[in-house]
Amino acid sequence: MIRLVKRPQPSQAWSYGAPVLAVAATIFFGGLLFAALGKNPIDAILTIFWEPIFGEFSFFYRPQLLIKGAPLVLIAIGLSLGFKAGIWNIGAEGQYIIGALAGAGVALALYPLESVLIFPAMILAGALGGWAWAMIPAVLKTKFGTNEILVSLMLVYVAEHILASMALGAMKNPEGFGFPGSRNLQQYASAHNADIIENSGMHWGVVFALIAVIFAYVLLSRHRLGFAIRVTGEAPRAAAFSGVNPKGLILFCLGTSGALAGLAGLFEVAGPAGQVTIDFNVGYGFTAIIVAFLGRLNPIGILFAGALMALTYIGGDIAQSNLGLPAAAIQVFQGMLLFFLLAIDLFTNYRLQIGAGETA
Amino acid sequence: MSTALIQLAGLTKAYPGVIANDSISLDIQPSEVHALLGENGAGKSTLVKMIYGLVKPDSGHMQMNGHAFEPSEPRAARSAGVAMVFQHFSLFDALTVAENIALGMENPPAMRDLAARIREVSETYGLPLNPAAKIGDLSAGERQRVEIIRCLLQDPKLLIMDEPTSVLTPQEVDILFETLRKLKASGTAILYISHKLEEIRALCDTATILRGGKVVATCDPSQTSARDMAELMVGGTLATPTAKPMETGPVALRINALSHPAPSAFGMPLRDISLDVHKGEVLGIGGVAGNGQDELLAALSGEMATKPGAISLNGTDISAKPPRIRRALGLLAAPEERLGHAAAPDMSLVENAMLTGSVRENMETNGFLNWSAAKRFADHIISEFDVRTPSASNAARSLSGGNLQKFVVGREVLQNPDVLVVNQPTWGVDAAAAADIRQALLDLAANGAAVIVISQDLDELMEISHRFAALSEGRLSKPRDAAGLTIEDIGLMLGGAHGMEVAHV
Repeated sequence: MIRLVKRPQPSQAWSYGAPVLAVAATIFFGGLLFAALGKNPIDAILTIFWEPIFGEFSFFYRPQLLIKGAPLVLIAIGLSLGFKAGIWNIGAEGQYIIGALAGAGVALALYPLESVLIFPAMILAGALGGWAWAMIPAVLKTKFGTNEILVSLMLVYVAEHILASMALGAMKNPEGFGFPGSRNLQQYASAHNADIIENSGMHWGVVFALIAVIFAYVLLSRHRLGFAIRVTGEAPRAAAFSGVNPKGLILFCLGTSGALAGLAGLFEVAGPAGQVTIDFNVGYGFTAIIVAFLGRLNPIGILFAGALMALTYIGGDIAQSNLGLPAAAIQVFQGMLLFFLLAIDLFTNYRLQIGAGETA
Repeated sequence: MSTALIQLAGLTKAYPGVIANDSISLDIQPSEVHALLGENGAGKSTLVKMIYGLVKPDSGHMQMNGHAFEPSEPRAARSAGVAMVFQHFSLFDALTVAENIALGMENPPAMRDLAARIREVSETYGLPLNPAAKIGDLSAGERQRVEIIRCLLQDPKLLIMDEPTSVLTPQEVDILFETLRKLKASGTAILYISHKLEEIRALCDTATILRGGKVVATCDPSQTSARDMAELMVGGTLATPTAKPMETGPVALRINALSHPAPSAFGMPLRDISLDVHKGEVLGIGGVAGNGQDELLAALSGEMATKPGAISLNGTDISAKPPRIRRALGLLAAPEERLGHAAAPDMSLVENAMLTGSVRENMETNGFLNWSAAKRFADHIISEFDVRTPSASNAARSLSGGNLQKFVVGREVLQNPDVLVVNQPTWGVDAAAAADIRQALLDLAANGAAVIVISQDLDELMEISHRFAALSEGRLSKPRDAAGLTIEDIGLMLGGAHGMEVAHV
């Protein structure tokens, strides 16, 4: 008989070893999958993990890593605060869209005025937009006890419709010959979220993502608020006993994650995407949920998880075009990574007991 | 000894690092009430789990009526005629008595027939109970009756009862004992686990005393003094905490007509509670759990906001103040539930020291936490209260119940409160640790703090309280001087509990 037995103490070794083992297991079983599809597994793995960083065209792919990784990290950091406290914001995608619309709206309203104040104003508007969208589930939860998972998720679809309406209506480019989509902010100097160093991919979103990582790390390890978040997640009654105000915490966690998602949306629409279009959002808000858990809700872990996730996306694209691997195989590969991480992570808190056990 | 109902011979069970039962032998005769005595960790639970089929012995064997008896699971034990009433009830609040009983049966009969059988058994054994009543509306004593009737429907030869009186009022205990005597008269043997020595002396025919997994003595409890049995249990002489003569100081905490609706469907409303607690006194609040204890503690700790003017500390109205402000002002509390309420199970002792100590022990500046101060405070609690743990970085859940309780009480006591409220300070704690905790509470009061001890253990309250009040159905009786109170007086103060009459034979 094999059974899982809870460890009296979480194991440090497993906690640090789990991500490494998970990547190793994913490479092994992913390789088997690629081999079964008739591809050389070593080639496929190298294409996914090696090519984007060290390959022939890495000068093109490396900036892509930052561009794809930054929004994931920025959103996931915000989500992780709530997740740690048991507050489930599933609607980051909606907050991302509304943040982008609010920020782009500022720019489009002021066009063609040029001023150094425009970009900071857009950042502020982006954060506020995301925050306000997240406040809807937060206030409903604190006032009426609604379920924030459902409300935040439903609001994603509302946001998508607002986005479509904006792209086709209020924000449509008047000089766009009738095509849907706004003016291209990349061509509006005051509003463009340009690379800080030319062609590095290092735009302001990357800077904010790094700041968010440091901020979250200090908050969780050194500040009362971060401690309140952790205690609430571990033992809500103990948190209330110690003096945590649960409603305040809901407002803070949902508000912060909304603001960070809004920022990510603004940086995307003012930079890599450039335009408010019907489908400029590509699901970062949902993928960030995976990144948050892959990083085990730890800020440093999320930084690595975001980078790894971005790598498999870019590497997966290369493998699709160069090796002809089906997109579904790449998605299975990404799924494996999450599966193995969560499965192996179980051993941080549990150990296997083989043989006759007791129910005592 | 061939007449024995059940014979245990050389039962041994070892867990990693500890021998829970070391070659235990004992016989239980039909119609015998056999007491199993011992401190926490003496091996009582392991022993009864083996009889009930929950745990398999490493060696040794059991016989029932002269035949080998090796239950592989509780179902096998039940079909052999062994039934057990656990200390913690496994009942669904939202279902009726009959529905709950049907859930525990292998082949439940039709609900109407079952209700009739429940009535029949409850009348035969003097356990008044309505099969259609919802569990959530019942008192702890009535819930226990549900569990007992569930067992009696199987017509058991041996009934195991684990600490059955810990949740009962004195009058409910009388009803229970009446029932147990009837069962005994009808030939059922009872294995009675308890640490309440006077009860055992009143009820039991034989007592087996366990210590460290071994049988240390077997005696006739009616012929042995409670003190002798306690010393056999502990393996040494007991230091009884002593309440020093009290000098009544000014009022530290005043509760004025505190009423509050029940916070949850099966909670208890607080009804017009008024109370003054003076500096230097220990005020005991007795009563059966579920009569408003948790709610009263929550109202005092600040977890539950109350109407203005209801609670004042040293003359300041704190009714609207949140827990952190109350701590800063000197009102500290230790809730009953150690894991999950008083402490976060998966967090270290350092983090748990921070949990309530941050305000008074200067562990934070502008919201930033000073973990080295928390570590020092945790180490201080561990050394001062003799908490057995490898280090302060161990998770709270890795500690035994008694050690964690010492940590939780120590954490509040060492912050030098003006008023300390503790709920069930020694529940599930072994005798030596319980004596330490009681002494610490007395010392705190002797140094000028006001201490409120909420407990179900009346012996404990009589030992340490200067004044005593009873909490029943959310109402608090007028406090009376503890000196000179008899158990009967207390029973009357606890009055409100329903279903008090001993059923008529």
